[in-house]
Amino acid sequence: MQPEGKRQVQDHSLDRSLDIVSLISIGQHPQSGRVRRAEQDGRAVELGMNLAEKHTVLHAGDPLQQALRSYAGMGLSEVQVLDLGPRADAVPALVEYLQDHRPDIVLTGVRAESGESSGMVPYLLAEKLNWPVVARVADIVSVENGVAELLLALPRGQRRALKVPLPFVATIDNAAPEARQSAYGPGRRAQVESLDAVIEDDQTRSDWVEAKAKPRPKRLKVVKAKTAAERFKAATAKPQGESGKVLKDMPAAEQAREIFDLLLEEKVIS
Amino acid sequence: MVLDWLPSVLIAATLLLAVVGAVRRISLWRAGQPDQVDLIAGLMAMPKRYLHDLHDVVERDKYMSKTHAATGGGFVLSIALILLVHLAGIDSQILAWALLFALALMFVGAIFVLKRRMDPPSRISKGAWMRLPKSLLAFSSAFIILTLPAAGILPEGTGGWVLTLILSAVILLGLGEMLFGMTWGGPMKHAFAGALHLAFHRRQERFGGGRSTGLKPVDLTQNGQTLDILGVSKPKDFKWNQLLGFDACVQCGKCEAMCPAFAAGQPLNPKKLIQDMVVGLAGGTDAKYAGSPYPGKDVGNAKGGPDQIITNGLVDPETLWSCTTCRACVEECPMMIEHVDAIVDMRRFLTMEKGDTPNKGAEVLDNIIATDNPNGYSPASRVNWAADQNLPLMSDVKQADVLFWVSDGAFDMRSQRILRAFVKLMKAANVDVAILGDEELDSGDVARRLGDDAAFQSLAKRNLEILSQYSFKTIVTTDPHAYHCLRNEYGDFGSDALEGVDVLHHTTFLNQLVQSGALKLEAFSGGTVTYHDPCYLGRYNGEYEAPRELLRSLGIEVAEMERSGFRSRCCGGGGGAPITDIPGERRIADMRMEDVNSTGAELVAVGCQQCTAMLEGVVEPRPEVKDIAEILVDQLIEEVH
Ligand code: SF4
Ligand code: SF4
Repeated sequence: MQPEGKRQVQDHSLDRSLDIVSLISIGQHPQSGRVRRAEQDGRAVELGMNLAEKHTVLHAGDPLQQALRSYAGMGLSEVQVLDLGPRADAVPALVEYLQDHRPDIVLTGVRAESGESSGMVPYLLAEKLNWPVVARVADIVSVENGVAELLLALPRGQRRALKVPLPFVATIDNAAPEARQSAYGPGRRAQVESLDAVIEDDQTRSDWVEAKAKPRPKRLKVVKAKTAAERFKAATAKPQGESGKVLKDMPAAEQAREIFDLLLEEKVIS
Repeated sequence: MVLDWLPSVLIAATLLLAVVGAVRRISLWRAGQPDQVDLIAGLMAMPKRYLHDLHDVVERDKYMSKTHAATGGGFVLSIALILLVHLAGIDSQILAWALLFALALMFVGAIFVLKRRMDPPSRISKGAWMRLPKSLLAFSSAFIILTLPAAGILPEGTGGWVLTLILSAVILLGLGEMLFGMTWGGPMKHAFAGALHLAFHRRQERFGGGRSTGLKPVDLTQNGQTLDILGVSKPKDFKWNQLLGFDACVQCGKCEAMCPAFAAGQPLNPKKLIQDMVVGLAGGTDAKYAGSPYPGKDVGNAKGGPDQIITNGLVDPETLWSCTTCRACVEECPMMIEHVDAIVDMRRFLTMEKGDTPNKGAEVLDNIIATDNPNGYSPASRVNWAADQNLPLMSDVKQADVLFWVSDGAFDMRSQRILRAFVKLMKAANVDVAILGDEELDSGDVARRLGDDAAFQSLAKRNLEILSQYSFKTIVTTDPHAYHCLRNEYGDFGSDALEGVDVLHHTTFLNQLVQSGALKLEAFSGGTVTYHDPCYLGRYNGEYEAPRELLRSLGIEVAEMERSGFRSRCCGGGGGAPITDIPGERRIADMRMEDVNSTGAELVAVGCQQCTAMLEGVVEPRPEVKDIAEILVDQLIEEVH
């Protein structure tokens, strides 16, 4: 539940003509495998609802999919669906829609809960639109004069403040405010508007074979902690790269060079 | 007699005004939604319901029942005779004497009402109610004097016009309260609305001992465009006879005195809630309310009207979420008002329309929808608890004498001890039993009480679908909540899966086994034992005896708590209350444990996993808490083959 009061407290000092598109996918419950509102996409919608007056919630897929109703139950009057067959690739259809509508911000989850779940959609969209991607956003604090102030989620509850000029694609982290409760009545009544879209078969996807994951034995973490505080720290710490570096106040070309070198060094590219 | 026409004119005038008031009041009720009631049959059955059902409840308070019989009976008789003697002017000494007798009866009754009102308990409302005994006395004494001449005791015209004037003034007072007030919202409204409520009650079957609730399935079928608002958002969304029921409240506060949430200092008082519903149906504020408030909330700020959203200014949602649905109020209400159904109706709106179920509510509902259990465990792990139990699955055997409905206790380690104990007892008695295993789903109890009737209906229908594939004579469960759903609520879905099937609680079933000699038990030698009646077993299903008989069969003499049987105090675990978790000053479970302690018991026997969890949640030192199945299994004499 997201109590009304709480939302008002977060003063986003926003320009109300802000135009946001939240992309939603069909989630999958980790225990039952049943379709549902995806965790991160739900948070994206929540953020979108709190930020913008012009907020479009967009899905690429089957307009009859019941899980769309649980997004609508958050109080959406309508959900737009780019009507695609089960074998189609979502990216070209989304690109076409976004190029036509040119919103200020596109919100997505970090990765989908079903399908390829590669987390690539936001990057592919940004590449085609030629927009920046901001990954793992915890909150959008304000948007003023065409610049958004964001908080990125870092491990252990840390945040990094960031200013990004519009337009951009943002992926929403689990640290963002939880999606409000979905109510059955409004969910049923909402309009699902089906839109025609370019359909291209997802070649990569159709080459894949899906199989149930087998649980693999876990390596036990040996903790050499002496005090309770150390044990607690060891148990809660997220692995953190030690050689991290923040690149700022240097020309973009040099920053790109640094990243390129790192990727070479880590043998990501060769 | 000079001015002797005055009293009859007054009688006629107040009668007329009363009729106008009645029409107006009825139109207020008719603002509600239509409901199927047989008006004629209801009216015909009304006297019997008054003398039987209502009187049974009032009779629990002997003082009040005698007082009411004298006052109410005297009044009804008097009015009938007054019409004959003073309005129709029938000159008969016999009638006049009869009238004198009726008035005297009423007078004596009124004296006792007055006496009770001298030092009233905190549960009853003051305000306008405090003047009622005086009005009763005024009415009866004035008419006694007026009738004396007709009875031939005093000569006609005694006292002259001065007395007539004084008498007329007193009569006006009395008549005003008794007739005018009856239909214009005075305390006597309870007689008018109460009588009609008995006739047109929303839950007619309750008068035959029916175990239903008024929770009819919400109509969800109009998929898409024209779906109405679900649940009750405004007073006029209630059924008309629910509104009528609210109007019958006498503000006796019996419900308040029994309400565990009120006692725990949570913001709920069932009496105030019903009075707020009256404010809602008539329009206005609660400024005139003269009873205990919702704990922690001031009186005088609530506003409402038939067309205004209840949770916008009339009742705080917290009030609705504090209720444990224990039904102690319903059990106690002399006017047969159904508080719990009204509360759930309003919760339906909050959950299904506003998406505003507090605290863990949303998470639990999401889990129930996605995994068919409230904690979001994998549905494929439901049967894991029984890995070592060697229990046949229905999907394998297709039929058995007994189907054991395991309930969500399957996922909880503490509850599993109860399940195992029960299985062991059944095996010892050679019961032909099977379970559904992973095919079983949550019963829907929590979803329904939290107002998500869509989730409840989905679970109920899917459960019935599974049940209909197998054949069994008896279905038995250790969970009174599942028991109530299976027995009383699944019938609304047009399935014959449970037709001709005995739905039993495990204590009833075990009692049958013990009484038939199928289980050999040795006497219990521990200390003092008390028994806690689960609300959904006792008040909801009327099973008070089987658990006690089982304990007796172990040689246990139950040290009863003051609040036991139909007056049992809730453990605090029902109605999703631990999930919505509305803060109060005390915890209901702690209060219940105090009840247990006051009996000096070392062991409290229960018949519900939820009660077990709530009572075991009370900090130690405290008496031990065990399900009856667990107590029995320890005394089981196992035959060696
Ligand atoms: S609701 Fe019933 S029990 Fe409660 S005060 Fe009114 S009449 Fe009495
Ligand atoms: S059902 Fe129980 S908790 Fe709810 S109002 Fe009635 S007495 Fe109080």
